[in-house]
Amino acid sequence: MPIDREVISRLLTRVERPARYAGGELHAITKDWRRTRVRLALAYPDVYEIGMSNLGLALLYDTVNQLPWALAERVYAPWDDMAQAMAEEQVPLYSLETFTPLSQFDVVGFSLQHELTYTNILSMLSLAGIPLVAERRTEDAPLVIAGGSGAYNPEPLARFFDAFFVGEGEEAIVDLLSQVDRAKAAGWDRPTLLRDLAEIPGTYVPALYDAAPADDGTRIPHAAATTVPQRITKRITTALPPVPTRPLVPAMRVIHDRAMVEIQRGCSHGCRFCQAGMIYRPIRERPVDEIVDAVDQILANTGYDEVSFVSLSSSDHSGIGELVAETLQRHNAHGVGVSLPSLRTDAFSVELAESIQQTRKSGLTFAPEAGSQRLRDVINKGVTEQDLIETASAAFGRGWNRIKLYFMLGLPTETDEDALEIARLITTIRDLGRKLRGRRVEISVSLSTFVPKPHTPFQWEPLASQEDIVRRQRLIRERAGGRGIKLSWSDWDATWLEAMISRGDRRLGLVIQTAWEHGARFDAWQERFRPEIWREALAACGVDANWYVDGRVAGQPLAWSHISAGVTEAFLLRERQRALQGVVSPDCRQQCHACGILTALGERYAEAAQRAAWECP
Amino acid sequence: MSMLTTVMQRVRVVFAVGWPLQYASILDMGRLWERLLRRAELPLAYTQGYNPHARLQFADALPVGYTSACEMLDIYLGEPVDLEELPDRLQTQAPPGLGIVSAAEVALDAKAPQSLMREAVYQVYLRTDCQAAEIAAALSTLLQRTSIPFERERRGRVQSLELRELIHDLGYVSEDPPSHEVHMRLRCGSNGSGRPADVLDAAGLTYTDLRVHRTQLIWEERLS
Repeated sequence: MPIDREVISRLLTRVERPARYAGGELHAITKDWRRTRVRLALAYPDVYEIGMSNLGLALLYDTVNQLPWALAERVYAPWDDMAQAMAEEQVPLYSLETFTPLSQFDVVGFSLQHELTYTNILSMLSLAGIPLVAERRTEDAPLVIAGGSGAYNPEPLARFFDAFFVGEGEEAIVDLLSQVDRAKAAGWDRPTLLRDLAEIPGTYVPALYDAAPADDGTRIPHAAATTVPQRITKRITTALPPVPTRPLVPAMRVIHDRAMVEIQRGCSHGCRFCQAGMIYRPIRERPVDEIVDAVDQILANTGYDEVSFVSLSSSDHSGIGELVAETLQRHNAHGVGVSLPSLRTDAFSVELAESIQQTRKSGLTFAPEAGSQRLRDVINKGVTEQDLIETASAAFGRGWNRIKLYFMLGLPTETDEDALEIARLITTIRDLGRKLRGRRVEISVSLSTFVPKPHTPFQWEPLASQEDIVRRQRLIRERAGGRGIKLSWSDWDATWLEAMISRGDRRLGLVIQTAWEHGARFDAWQERFRPEIWREALAACGVDANWYVDGRVAGQPLAWSHISAGVTEAFLLRERQRALQGVVSPDCRQQCHACGILTALGERYAEAAQRAAWECP
Repeated sequence: MSMLTTVMQRVRVVFAVGWPLQYASILDMGRLWERLLRRAELPLAYTQGYNPHARLQFADALPVGYTSACEMLDIYLGEPVDLEELPDRLQTQAPPGLGIVSAAEVALDAKAPQSLMREAVYQVYLRTDCQAAEIAAALSTLLQRTSIPFERERRGRVQSLELRELIHDLGYVSEDPPSHEVHMRLRCGSNGSGRPADVLDAAGLTYTDLRVHRTQLIWEERLS
């Protein structure tokens, strides 16, 4: 039974930004529960404004709602005021489409994009009245599953989820819901359903894997039965799925308040720190005419005045110039702008940026990531200082006053010298800008801290020490502060927690739960983050935080060894070796580095691979 | 083809706001209308300059949470459109919670609607344990006062105002326990607007839930 709208509207008079909880957006899909057999709640463990900007969930929403026998509704994490109001009035967490309590859905599926949102999952389950721990869920509780980049190391959350889905979910979600449909018809026996789900490629059911403590206390999962795979290999869609052309248009402002079209999946640069670059292989481009057509339809259906061409590296799309020109030609008269979220550092990108910003010059963003050539070679960021200077000159020359630069501190092999090189580089660019543009020039510099991520060549590397990071931040501040340069850096404690959970094992489940029980919420929000809760939770659970952020020994099993992103450990080790030797690996569209993706997925997706749609040479 | 910048026609649209649009802020409303008009493919006139945007003028910002039968918006068009079919054209593209009431042409040089706003009429529904007679008495006592000094807190800032000037009429209407309906005619516009919640506070009435529905905007031309 849905919750009465009157009840919800009484809650909404008490909270900030009530539009977050009211639903009813343009193009929201409300299907009849009596005419559908399987009901999925798509959950995002952060506030509405962030969750609504997630393209992956929008794709799944569209896919599932196109099935005549299934429906998908949405739910986001209520902010503290709403969570409190709901608890006080005993209103359970509900979906935005029909105000149905989450506990009445067959499946609740969470999107895992960021480790610091994990406590919000527990808040949401708790508000929904669904038992937090998977093994305590009784027959009538929904199946609680998760997907997204976080599922590539599911262990810290294994305690809470019935199943994880590894890889691209557009096809797999249909397999999974079909299985649920059959289970419902057969009388819904939870243990049987879990065993059946484990047979769907890409699905990991933690309950079917033992993770007994090893001698050093670590817990590595092993398949407990021969019927489930020892390794779960990610699934992909062979070609990019059709663009949803009737996306939801929220009334309130959200983070990405514009039309979004995914133009490419995967990235061929092979930056060694980058998890997305490793897990989203192979590269798949959407054809220009398909994009142009989708843009026409989305703009007509939404009335947006901006379209964003989403990909990991927009300037890499082979038809990007044509695409931008065509889009502007068709829609510029109606005031439509184009945005490209990730530009390569080169003159071509500046040209592209200029073509889309004919009137307003907001700011240009580039990511050299490291200050010295040596270190950029280590991380395989194929950008030279000359590239950067030329790009900056081109940008200043074409009228930009503001440039934003992203750097990381704490990369493997980094020394204070490398940090000093960052300071030198940004000062050089500021001075160049002043020469070309005068004193209005502003260089924004973001100094984040490198977090070693699973499935990358740096997955064995330690997190840098707080002492090193703080000292290097200071070195840069001392040398590159002042007029025309705006520095920002990430909070150490948040980095530390992200690093710990990123490479965490099953022991962290209890730590996450303990932290949540002591009030950890919205840890990604600086004003809400309380690191002391986490330190206390670690101590209470007898878990040594250092083990998680220290380096790992290559060859020993890792907590995510049972999950395969399609790239082999041998490749990751080779890339790591080359990194330590300072040897770059060129763009893999030019030269294959045998990452393993063709072997891992080539057979299953032979036809698509042969059509060379993946652009593997 | 470039963007239209010369205004050829000015259209005044009256629209109703219901669930869930009552939770949209005035900024949300501006974006929402611009998108609606683009979906309806109206020949909007855009402002000139570095950041062109459609020219839209609301008569008044409807406070977040209020529903309304009578919001008003002036739209500036670069080419004249058929007014007869305009309401349907807009309604087809309207998001849930937005109802088009009417659309009529106004002179290009007519005064901006927000400068003409004088009063707004509200149906106010409060859930309370108070009895009907109690509420009616409190309201009429308030209306008989010649001065009502009032402090209003908004976003952490306290503002002192003379509430009496903002109340033009007030009265108890009917009950549907535990809900009671109250009628209010309050000043509205650039010289300050009365808020139904403030009026109830000043009358010493407490409630567990408050619903406000705006039924009429009264502007200068209509007053005279």
